[in-house]
Amino acid sequence: MKHSTRSSALRRLASVAAAGAVVAAALVGCSSSGNGAGGSSTDVNAALKEGGTITYWTWTPAAKAQVAAFEKAYPKVHVKLVNAGTNTTEYTKLQNAVKAGKGAPDVAQVEYYALPQFALSDSLVDLKQFGFDKLKKDFSVGPWGNVNVQGKLVGLPQDSGPMAMFYNKTVFDKYGISVPTTWAEYVDAAKKLHTADPNAYITSDSGDPGFATSMIWQAGGHPFKVDGTKVTINLQDSGTKKFTSVWNELVENKLLSQTPGWTDDWYKGLGNGDIATLITGAWMPGVLESSVPQASGQWAVAPIPTYDGKAVNAENGGSSEVVMKQSKNQALAAGFLKWLNDSKQSVDIFVKSGGGFPSTVADQNSDSFLNQAPAYFAGQKINKVLVDGAKNVLPGWQYLPYEVYANSIFADTVGQSYSSATSLDSGLENWQKQLISYGNQQGFTVKAGS
Amino acid sequence: MTSATTTTPTDASTRRTDASARRAGGIRRPMGAVGRRRPAARPRRNIVLTIVMALFVVYSFVPLAWLLINATKTQGDLFSTFGLGFGHHFALFQNIAETFTYKDGIFLHWFGNTLLYVVVGAGGATLLATLAGYGLAKFAFRGRRAVFAVVLGAIAVPGTALAVPTFLLFSQIGLTNTPWAIILPSLISPFGLYLVWTFAIDAVPTEVLEAARMDGASELRTFFTISLKLLAPGIVTVLLFAIVATWNNYFLPLIMLSDPTWYPLTVGLSQWSAQATGVGAQPIFNLVITGSLLTIVPIVVAFLFLQRYWQSGLAAGSVKS
Repeated sequence: MKHSTRSSALRRLASVAAAGAVVAAALVGCSSSGNGAGGSSTDVNAALKEGGTITYWTWTPAAKAQVAAFEKAYPKVHVKLVNAGTNTTEYTKLQNAVKAGKGAPDVAQVEYYALPQFALSDSLVDLKQFGFDKLKKDFSVGPWGNVNVQGKLVGLPQDSGPMAMFYNKTVFDKYGISVPTTWAEYVDAAKKLHTADPNAYITSDSGDPGFATSMIWQAGGHPFKVDGTKVTINLQDSGTKKFTSVWNELVENKLLSQTPGWTDDWYKGLGNGDIATLITGAWMPGVLESSVPQASGQWAVAPIPTYDGKAVNAENGGSSEVVMKQSKNQALAAGFLKWLNDSKQSVDIFVKSGGGFPSTVADQNSDSFLNQAPAYFAGQKINKVLVDGAKNVLPGWQYLPYEVYANSIFADTVGQSYSSATSLDSGLENWQKQLISYGNQQGFTVKAGS
Repeated sequence: MTSATTTTPTDASTRRTDASARRAGGIRRPMGAVGRRRPAARPRRNIVLTIVMALFVVYSFVPLAWLLINATKTQGDLFSTFGLGFGHHFALFQNIAETFTYKDGIFLHWFGNTLLYVVVGAGGATLLATLAGYGLAKFAFRGRRAVFAVVLGAIAVPGTALAVPTFLLFSQIGLTNTPWAIILPSLISPFGLYLVWTFAIDAVPTEVLEAARMDGASELRTFFTISLKLLAPGIVTVLLFAIVATWNNYFLPLIMLSDPTWYPLTVGLSQWSAQATGVGAQPIFNLVITGSLLTIVPIVVAFLFLQRYWQSGLAAGSVKS
């Protein structure tokens, strides 16, 4: 559900150009780090005291209030807040700035799936030099794993997206459907619902790369293995096949709504019961509350269904903030970043704004957070379910170092299987073939795994 | 629209082009002549063509109707009512007010940016194209054929393909994220130059220029007092093309600008639309739709005002190419 699959030709062109830049930079090798390089935790404190101006690129709605609070706490620091675009738009600009050698901000928001791309082009500061690796205990497992790329700490987690099942309880009750706990039960529920009301679907999925990779992750798959510039891709490994064996049944029997995510029709479906569940990240409640008010009191949260009853989970969506190597004041940027994502004051503002699900352990486990019982969810203590889910996230997942490009061609490959209601496996094989040839063109050594 | 012009040769500007072409000894006859050969013939009705035309009208107007209707809805109504029907509340004025005030009135700011890019960019492009096209058409000098080849080649390269190299170039000289990054590339209009060039060959008779020179007028004076007036339909055509291109410019500002305070409307609206996606999504579809409607109003007005020049200018261009 995370990444929009609307693939405009222009955006494609932009991401191709951007990805080309990644590897070009990667192959040049480790260039010397930027001007303000070096430093320790004492440098960070000194920089915060001394002050200065930094630029921060983000599209998080909470950013304005966070920056205001930061500037109040550190009056000598001025943060220039810029919304340079949402996800892929921002990445294109960031990548262009990296390639051009100037124009990048000091601190930038980057989603987890896009981190390896920027990490590999050596455009991010390794935060270990400021001693930030000691912050490990502050963050939950999933997001902390995501910000550690190839032995470097390339960012600090902003929010996380341990998956859960959001379902419209009113619709479930109306048709006497019990809440599924396994994927087999989920498929049965899909059939029962669609037979009872031909307009209603268990969920909408017309081919979303973020969703598919998260589902493969939850099924225990490791389709992408990255070691430096050596990449192995196997989109037919046992985990991937486990996912497609369930999802093919929904695709081939046309049990999925084809309404693309994040469109007006999609919001409409969430509001009138035509889309009965969402398998997505724990950040979804804020979106439902603010943007689907007509369904207030109808939605509920349950753990993500499993394959064999044993609880396992994956992450979907979520962002980190990074310090760019181009930054002229890396210590100050790092100081701001630490306050932004690891101070109670900032995370509280973030969570209250409905902007997302925290990735800090302290905030996840605070009583006030766990005992929230929003009226939107009919008084259910949803955070207990969501926090439990965060503990079961499988470790060791890797994204491709050109995941942004990979996602942009998902609709042309796997999306074909969705639209023709045929097995996803042939689409996935096609995706793999294109990813291998693209990766090799870009200077990676990409092989098909077995 | 164009067919109406050809069958009614009373249109002043068409006649003028026609006449000037003959005076210049042109062999090719402009479009007005086609109608003149059979002046009494009424256009025959063709049912198939009428149906195709009707379908095309529907095709063109449905999106516009959708835009108009949906600009009157609240976001709640957008999510709950039929797309081509009105909602429960008539919220057009409320939407307009909200569009202008959302995020401290950033929409008006973007509107101003777009105006700046259009006035300086499209205006400058027209001025340069007129001067260059006229010069190439009316002065013989070495290398004219080379210029011709370069201009034709430049028309063939789509602006989108040049965007990334232009970005890297501008980045080196520190112009990205400034209005110049949008204005400078907009100033170059090879197509406009070509249009003025071909138009000027026949619209400005060489005899007239020679007469003016004999009377002792300077080249500049000749240009401003005689040639400019004869070129008017061509200039307006180029101006309209340039205005539309600059007004709708999306990809170039998208990659050149990272600071929203310099965004034109196109990029700004797309940012509003992207707000509906992902973690912390804040959809404002009603404002995106109302904003889009407000964005096309000035273009519609520009067309209505300059329409008659546009027609004759288009006809002139099409015959010469």
